[in-house]
This record gives sequence, structure tokens and C-alpha cells, in this order.
Amino acid sequence: MSARPDLKRTPHLPQDEDGPVFAAPWQAKAFAMTVSLHEKGLFEWSEWCDALSAEIRAAQAAGDPDLGDTYYDHWLRALEKIVTQKNVASMDDLVACKEDWRAADHHRGFGEAPVLVRGGDAGHGHN
Amino acid sequence: MAHVHDHDHPHNKPLSDVELRVKALESVLTEKDLIDAEAIDLIVETFETRIGPRNGAKVVARAWTDPDYKKRLLENATDAIAELGFSGVQGEDMIVVENTDAVHNIVVCTLCSCYPWPTLGLPPVWYKAAPYRSKVVKDPRGVLDEFGVSLPEDTEIRVWDSNAELRYLVLPRRPDGTDGMSEGELAAIVTRDSMIGTGLAGAS
Repeated sequence: MSARPDLKRTPHLPQDEDGPVFAAPWQAKAFAMTVSLHEKGLFEWSEWCDALSAEIRAAQAAGDPDLGDTYYDHWLRALEKIVTQKNVASMDDLVACKEDWRAADHHRGFGEAPVLVRGGDAGHGHN
Repeated sequence: MAHVHDHDHPHNKPLSDVELRVKALESVLTEKDLIDAEAIDLIVETFETRIGPRNGAKVVARAWTDPDYKKRLLENATDAIAELGFSGVQGEDMIVVENTDAVHNIVVCTLCSCYPWPTLGLPPVWYKAAPYRSKVVKDPRGVLDEFGVSLPEDTEIRVWDSNAELRYLVLPRRPDGTDGMSEGELAAIVTRDSMIGTGLAGAS
């Protein structure tokens, strides 16, 4: 803690009042999905805060210095967990879908958006 | 390694693992009709561009220029802020704390990162970081010092811990020499940090 740099100069800090509030689009999307699920009534906001703080604590216990730059990693993990806890999908479902997206990403043409094929196993036969 | 692409082109930068996980969540939640892409895009756009500390600055400027509004703001912040059209997720239960000659207020969320989004937008990185969350409670003057803010020795510093139910907004002191300024001009000198308590209005 004592070696901490000036808080104001923490890496990734937006430089002006209107600076970007997300470091990457995926963070904004993860944030927006959480807000949207809460609006749909999937969970109470206090449940979400509990899930998020649990992830942050777990990460700190595992040695993450938690300087804010890993914040949305914790956010995403908490979101995956709450979605599985609410039986919306299993972690296996999420992993399977992620692999479908990986295959789609691998097969897209340059500059084109990936096209998802669910369960397509598109990665096979492509080394 | 054989290249079986039937098109000759430079490679795309592969999506990262977190990007793929977000896409997977988005697909699964869309399939279950729990989210829709348009609503998600709208939320992203709202928080990235339309909501921001400027909303909070308008609230502060109004309070500086309209004593009746200030009274309402300190008595029932949620309603007074909604009067100006700012309400919504994480802005439901607001409390405004006023800085005076005698008292300086600072806001933190020691638990995670509760923050009044409709008035201040999304929190800055340092607000979400463990060093701020832990240090501001133990050593608020030390934190203020890191932010370049020094207050008289006899100023009482109060630290407010936001949570899922309550969010705090600091009403900073109106700087001296701003008597002739309009509400709009005043709003322009209200910084985000001054409404968290890690800065003073008029000082950027």
C-alpha cells in the first residue's frame, strides 16, 4: 500500500471529465447486460453487489492487487455466476457458447463480423 | 502448418477470452429473451455519452443559485434531483451532504463500487480500486493530499460509505469570487471529484 502511486495517476484513469468510462467495449456491454437483467427482475441490486464484492474479495485473496484495472474481470465473473445461480444457463452452456464464438471468430473474413453457428463445431478440420 | 482459408488476407486480431465470454453471455441471454440487443446498445450509449458528471454539476449549480432548491435537495435529494430529470438505476435513494467551512465530506463504497450513476455517470477507476476504498476510511486527509487538496486543520472530515440502498453526492462549497456567474457558468466549474469529495469546485 505504501508504494502506491498517486491515486489520481492510476493507470487507465480517464483524463478529463468527459473521458471514457470504460476501458473497452466489452466492459460497457457487461455493465449494460447487468443493468438490463436487473431491470428484468432477475436479481435485486443488493444481490448483485454481494456477488460482485464476493468476486473482488476472492480475487484479492488470490493475490490480485485490485487497482481497478481488473475491476471488470471481477464484474464479468460475478455476472456469469449470478446467471448460473439463477438457472438461466449452466456454466457448461456458457463455455460451449464461448467456444462457438471462438470458432466463428476464427472463421470470419478479414474485417468481417464473426457469424455465430451454435454447436456447429466449426473449428474442427481446421488446423 | 497448412492454411486452409480459401481467401488470402491479413489476419483479424482474435477476440480475447473476456470478449468471447461477453459474447457468449449476450447470445445465451438473448436466446432466453432476457435481454435484447437494442436495449443493451441504448444502455451503453446512455452511460457512455449522455450520463456523466455534467448532470450532477447541474444539480450543484442549481443548489448554489436557488436557496429553496438547496433546501429541498438536502431534505430529499432523490426527489430534488428527479426535478431536474435525473433518475434511474442506482439513483433511487440519494443523499446529498453539504460541504461548509467546518465540514468536508468524502464519499466511498468500501463494499464494492456503489455510485450515483444518473448524476455522476460511471465511477472513475480509482474509485473502484482497493487503495482508495480502504485508505479513505483510515486516512482521509492522506487521500485528500494525494488528490492535491489541503484543508484547514480544524475542518472536520466526514467519510460516507455508499451501499446498495443509499448513494451519496457531495454538494461542494461555492468558490469565492463567483457571485456574478450564471447557473450554466457555475455548472462548468463543478468537477466530478468535487462531488465525490476528493476535489474542490473550481479547481481542476
